[in-house]
Amino acid sequence: MEKKLTWKELPIGDILEGGSSLKFKTGNWRSKIPVHIPEKCINCFICWISCPDDAIIVDAEKGKWSSFNYDYCKGCGICAYECPKKAIEMREEIEK
Amino acid sequence: MGIKVAKTANEAFAEGMRQINPDVVAAYPITPATEIVQIFSQFVADGLVKTEFIQVESEHSALSACIGASAAGARTMTGTSSQGLAYMWEMLYIASGLRLPIIMAVVNRTLSSPINIHCDHSDTFGARDSGWIQIYSENVQETYDNLIQGVRIAEHPEVRLPCMIMTDGFILSHCLETMEMLTDEEVRDFVDEPPERENLIKAAVENKPITIGALDLPDYYFEHKRQQAEGMKNALRVIPEISKEFGNRFGRYYGFVENYRIEDADIGIVVIGSTAGTGKEVVDNLRKKGIKAGLLKIRVLRPLPVEDIKNSLKNLKVVGIMERVEGMNAFCSPLYSEISSCLYDLEKRPILTNFVYGLGGRDVKIKDIEIVFNDLLKILERGKKEFTLKYIGVRE
Repeated sequence: MEKKLTWKELPIGDILEGGSSLKFKTGNWRSKIPVHIPEKCINCFICWISCPDDAIIVDAEKGKWSSFNYDYCKGCGICAYECPKKAIEMREEIEK
Repeated sequence: MGIKVAKTANEAFAEGMRQINPDVVAAYPITPATEIVQIFSQFVADGLVKTEFIQVESEHSALSACIGASAAGARTMTGTSSQGLAYMWEMLYIASGLRLPIIMAVVNRTLSSPINIHCDHSDTFGARDSGWIQIYSENVQETYDNLIQGVRIAEHPEVRLPCMIMTDGFILSHCLETMEMLTDEEVRDFVDEPPERENLIKAAVENKPITIGALDLPDYYFEHKRQQAEGMKNALRVIPEISKEFGNRFGRYYGFVENYRIEDADIGIVVIGSTAGTGKEVVDNLRKKGIKAGLLKIRVLRPLPVEDIKNSLKNLKVVGIMERVEGMNAFCSPLYSEISSCLYDLEKRPILTNFVYGLGGRDVKIKDIEIVFNDLLKILERGKKEFTLKYIGVRE
């Protein structure tokens, strides 16, 4: 459990080091989870471009789709909606 | 020491800004504050200051630019009035919440509607809970002196809050008065370099980017507000320190409030701004007649100097709180609420009553303030009041 700072310990005025949002894992907001279906994927990376949370990882050198970063994927479903080959499906979190 | 000059409050603001020589000024013109940045922009064009002057398309953008500049470590100033201040509203809270010591020269003007360009205090009274330090001025000299002190107060490491310095629209902003200007060197020495802000130093020295204004949900927002409240509380200690240093150097001393013949008074009025000058004249006239009258001028409204107000008013029998703001709460003007809450914990309190005057720049004259004192005398005789709020100078 993260120790929460008191008002005397906090940096003044909510001015912090950069990149602090990495510490705030938003994956647990998710109710539906995207699942990748490799047989249908053509590695067009439209899902990677569309993801608002940088939660899709690709291997740029090999030109291959790689994985989801479930720490930050909020389950918005944009990737599944945009995929031209229906290679991403949104499933109930429990069915994953 | 400085020299005697004739200046309007707008000119005094602009000259003070030139001497302070801020890094950044972003502003948008509005009557009656336009001249401040108009004159100052001439100083920029003439190369008399090192300031980056940002012309923007609105007051919302003006304060937004100031926030960006101040967050990057720049000493930053702006000026506005009335609707301009109203248009800055959401940015007011952001400036104070981020703890940015921005200095704003405000020329008090009423708010529309009906549209009117003249003085009352409705504009800045609305902003009294926005987390800005508020210092009001009685005359041109005070306008200038308050501006210079404001820089040091806002930037003090234990305060770090934005500060607005007020002057009365037209009554002072466009009125020539003699005042003593300090030399450029004296002002430069007094305001000095701004104290370091450790988070910005880290960004600059260690070349680490910073996040400004990150999302602060229910688990942290409260702590930041508590921290901000402490800054305002610290200002109660810092303001007298800075005022004392200013007085020791330049010979003019300022308190949170000014007590005028109030120490032994039975009846007295509480006022803000230029009306104090007229009020003092009425007090003098009454004293000549043997009536123990006094006046309390509120110079600093935020932080609210509770102890000073208590000490000034505790021995009076009847007090009239005069303000050029209508609270629209069907009860009293905001200053009445502030003063009465200061006095509530006293065992023996004066009878308080409220007079609203001067809305939209309606003149307040000696005879108007005499009406107020006559009412106070009646209450003193009867030992009770028959009204809480009375309007002075309105056609009935």
